[in-house]
Amino acid sequence: MKSLSELEEIRKRALEAVNLRKDRNGTRVVVGMGTCGIAAGARPVLLSFIEEIKKRNLQDVIVTQTGCIGVCRLEPMVEVYRPGEEKVTYIKMTPDKVKRIVAEHIVNGRPVTEFTIGAEEKQ
Amino acid sequence: MEDLSLYILDIVQNSISASATLVEIFVKEDQENDKLILIIRDNGKGMDPQSVGRVTDPFYTTRTTRKVGLGLSLLDAVAKACGGRVVISSRPGVGTEVRAEFGYGHIDRPPLGKMEDTISVLVTCNPTIDFVYTHISSKGSFEFDTRDVRQRIGDLSIDHPYVIAWITDYVREGLDGICGGGKE
Repeated sequence: MKSLSELEEIRKRALEAVNLRKDRNGTRVVVGMGTCGIAAGARPVLLSFIEEIKKRNLQDVIVTQTGCIGVCRLEPMVEVYRPGEEKVTYIKMTPDKVKRIVAEHIVNGRPVTEFTIGAEEKQ
Repeated sequence: MEDLSLYILDIVQNSISASATLVEIFVKEDQENDKLILIIRDNGKGMDPQSVGRVTDPFYTTRTTRKVGLGLSLLDAVAKACGGRVVISSRPGVGTEVRAEFGYGHIDRPPLGKMEDTISVLVTCNPTIDFVYTHISSKGSFEFDTRDVRQRIGDLSIDHPYVIAWITDYVREGLDGICGGGKE
């Protein structure tokens, strides 16, 4: 059974592992959380990002939300901002796509072109 | 949307847009009176009476980018479809309360869904906002308050992945105890 007192242990573990989190100049993952995004499945997508980031112990990545991005038919949508690079917009996201985006784009710096809005618009 | 936890996630976005610093979510399963009551209360900037009257109209929104606003209209529609209703009260400068009632046993009432996921997403994306979630059923009650968490974690950020994982488990276990495991 979970109890609040466990949080003190978690705090110790987290602070030992991390000194970098306070300066957040790393990658930003922004999930569209308008009504359209939520209805299309943005919540499991956002949670998979958190899960993958935790699994890989990535220190400089933050996950956050925005409202409706404006292309509701392509939701769930995710924007990835890496410092010094152009924003990449991913569309029709699923938890499976998240795994590849974290591995290939966020960790290794190569956007997964086939999932981007650019790839969709060309069809 | 498939379940109430998704509606809640959606309605709380309004509180966030209204610059709330505290959002209270209250769910009461009142099987005796065949009602499920959902209340979302915030201390955001509030609305004037004219706006309150129009918020469940899908063609009313304060956004300037688009002319539709579907969040509260969908909640209103689903509540009405299961013999309930939505009542909104608001005061400029004080905050807003959205109260939705559903027929508990109505065949069209959406299940509660994964409240632990909704809470985790809200805390991750809004680490500076405090959330209180209270759930009451005939089996007991459960309360989660981010202010209690903050007290324990001190200078560690509440959106740290370890803390979020703990919150997910804590809420899930708390609800399992009072919602009978399968959550309907």
